[in-house]
Amino acid sequence: MLSVSVDSVFVHKMWNEHELSKMINKDIPFAMLSDQDGSIGKMYGIYDDDSGVETRGRFIIDPDGNIQGFEVLTPPVGRNISESIRQVKAFQLVRNSQGTEATPSGWKPGKQTLKPGPDLVGNVWKVWKVSEAFED
Amino acid sequence: MPEEFKPGCQRPPIKKMNLETNTTNEVVVEEAKKAMVKVGKPAPDFTASAFYQGKFVNTSLSEYKGKWVLLCFYPGDFTFV
Repeated sequence: MLSVSVDSVFVHKMWNEHELSKMINKDIPFAMLSDQDGSIGKMYGIYDDDSGVETRGRFIIDPDGNIQGFEVLTPPVGRNISESIRQVKAFQLVRNSQGTEATPSGWKPGKQTLKPGPDLVGNVWKVWKVSEAFED
Repeated sequence: MPEEFKPGCQRPPIKKMNLETNTTNEVVVEEAKKAMVKVGKPAPDFTASAFYQGKFVNTSLSEYKGKWVLLCFYPGDFTFV
């Protein structure tokens, strides 16, 4: 986990000390990066020139350094952390299966995966129900 | 891993991957900087100063090769959401 904003490392230190550590009763366990000229945000396409800050961009990067997914929100709406973790777990499962398994809509750990192949073409309806996408 | 630095009055120097090495046309460079990254493609590497475990360090994305990384940008410290 890495967080990035245009604030200086000094402000990161103060934010951890005066607010965040009080929310979680310990220090922030990950590196809080400073991107004061916005150049990292520009590389990732989430820097907002008008306000001079970075929007809520979230990128999942695999062990090879490839981007597997991203989500970008405007500032007033916070992220769903559980959903980010669920996506990482899904990408990990797919990677560990070396591409032999895929996670259908609504998948979470413990739920059924699909094994794409000639036999599954046109037969997903037999092995997977739409309700799976909505049920816990 | 991350290299610690002593904070001074100047802002820490920022080492960034040079986006402009392969382009000659300035307009193309501007567009390249604003273009969204693509899924399935390499994440652009960068080096930045960071606050980590009570210290000021320089850290690069490439140090995390071999691990899953969740890279989260946000508008600013002490904002509300």
